[in-house]
Amino acid sequence: MDLVPVTHLTAIDYAVMAVYFVFVLGIGFALRRSTKSSSDFFQSGRSLPPWVTGLAFLSANLGAQEVIGMGASGAKYGIATAHFYWMGAIPAMVFVALFMMPFYYGSRARSVPEYLKLRFDEKTRTLNAISFAVMTVFSSGISMYAMGKLFNLLLGWSFDFSVLVSAVIVLAYVFAGGLTSAIYNEVLQFFMIAFGFAPLVFLGLKNVGGWAGLTARLTEAAATKGLAPGAYTHAWQGMASASTNPLGVEWFGLVMGLGFVLSFGYWCTDFLVVQRAMAADSMIAARRTPLIAAVPKMLFPFLVILPGMIALALTGSDGGIIPAKMAASGAPMLDAAGNVVMDFDLATPMLLIKLFPEGMLGLGLTALLASFMSGMAGNVTAFNTVWTYDIYQSHIRKNAPDEHYLWMGRAATVGGIALSIAAAYVAGAFNNIMEVLQLVFAFVNAPLFATFALGMFWKRATGHGAFWGLASGMSGAMLHHGLTLPNGSAPGIKGGFLGVLHTYPSEMAQTFWTAIVAFSTCVVVSIVISLMTVPRPDAELKGLVYSLTEKPQDQGIPFLQRPATFATGVIAAVIALNLIFR
Amino acid sequence: MSGEASLDLRLPIGGLFVTLGIMLAGYGLVTGSNTEMYVKSAGININLIWGVVMLITGVIFLALAKRGAARG
Repeated sequence: MDLVPVTHLTAIDYAVMAVYFVFVLGIGFALRRSTKSSSDFFQSGRSLPPWVTGLAFLSANLGAQEVIGMGASGAKYGIATAHFYWMGAIPAMVFVALFMMPFYYGSRARSVPEYLKLRFDEKTRTLNAISFAVMTVFSSGISMYAMGKLFNLLLGWSFDFSVLVSAVIVLAYVFAGGLTSAIYNEVLQFFMIAFGFAPLVFLGLKNVGGWAGLTARLTEAAATKGLAPGAYTHAWQGMASASTNPLGVEWFGLVMGLGFVLSFGYWCTDFLVVQRAMAADSMIAARRTPLIAAVPKMLFPFLVILPGMIALALTGSDGGIIPAKMAASGAPMLDAAGNVVMDFDLATPMLLIKLFPEGMLGLGLTALLASFMSGMAGNVTAFNTVWTYDIYQSHIRKNAPDEHYLWMGRAATVGGIALSIAAAYVAGAFNNIMEVLQLVFAFVNAPLFATFALGMFWKRATGHGAFWGLASGMSGAMLHHGLTLPNGSAPGIKGGFLGVLHTYPSEMAQTFWTAIVAFSTCVVVSIVISLMTVPRPDAELKGLVYSLTEKPQDQGIPFLQRPATFATGVIAAVIALNLIFR
Repeated sequence: MSGEASLDLRLPIGGLFVTLGIMLAGYGLVTGSNTEMYVKSAGININLIWGVVMLITGVIFLALAKRGAARG
């Protein structure tokens, strides 16, 4: 690609970037000596304080899909994008903290698949471990690909250079310090994102005349698209029907698909985030981890979605911040109505370049780089753990000395990064990274929450029930995707490859309904097969199932410090946010 | 298991923010008279202001780390 880069960096920008990487590598180096056993490497020796695991819990998910994808969705859908947080993530985070952490942490499982092994059986664990391992490599590869492409476009850096250098840095600090190193760098990256994006939002709002000015401009933008005046600035307006809101989803699909199935599937069962809580130094710290994460999480829409909305407000029909999407021929792409298609993924980065002078520009771009890299590192640490404990130790070499598994963890780190690089080169040609990832999550994660919920709260659920429920849930998701199509798409990756039985108003609606179908299939099949097979005796399920486990005793803890009190505050705040931006 | 984490995370966060804060604020001071450069940021010397904010944040983290170390 011989495009002219959008901007170039000066010495101060490079100096800011260099200082950040010195600290990142320094952390890895400093932790190298204390990483002596496989438990240190994969579980941080279960020794971290809750504020660290909490911010890492949030930050592990804060990769490319979050910062770039949420900005893109902000420009595409407006404040309704915040449903991913206020309707989706927060309730799920509260649930995992209060109801699921006692089993994850209390069972002393070293990974989420290992919990499935303890609760159900080996085959359920293996199915989950393999699908999860594939997904982490894929996510990490997408993150690298997006980064390479973005920095090529913005700064003219070569794709190979960005991918290889970032891979080497991530490899160096994860190899040296394992999970602790990844977690520490995730927390560092959290502060970089917060401090890199807060001034962007401040300057952006100043530019458009504050929230009032933003609302006025977006009301105009909504009118040109034929939407209701408040479509971009109200999260709940027009949600009664798919045709009257920019998401193209009706409230039921949103609440059940995103709010219940997808978000609970991700935040409650994805080992990438749960691994952070499992590294906490005590049960109470593990339960507080998702709650601590929820507080900044509910404010993140203002940091990552607002820049997209501001970019849209500053983009008129004659161009502006968000550039047109280019076809392979080099001409701007047009939609069916003849309007220019905007490249929403560039909304946030272009705003950064437009508003930040040199110096701050270095800080903003470093924050972006940091988010790409910690997204990669999070996936790699989850991958090396699942590979070593759930695949290698349980199927390939069972009773090796601990040093061997530590060695294997480091080898898996190298292997995982090599596979991610390969995936980065394979990935491509997708409009919105977020929607592709949501699609993958819908296939793999949606049935998962059903399996965990049944496993934790219904002692009659059996291993055969869980396995076949999970397998049929994933197949159900694929079948549903193959038989439906979003409005205006051609059959293929978007769905409909088995024939089109139903057309959804938008891709998002289709994704949410795929999740609902997967979840329902998994519940029904798991229950039917469980009732036909022999349950495990109660004695074996102590600590693994709700009704057979002692409840955590919080009476000794001062009222204000109890997880339940904290959780109530979080829920009240998120309801308030929904009401303010209704 | 070695258990005890060997590095207080507040130290590198504090160190990074102090370093970046000094760099940005210093750069803001040097370039303060260059009005053309700050047209982008609506006439605000964002390097100076934000550099100072980051410096203060960094100092707070270092102070917390020091207090934590003193407590043992």
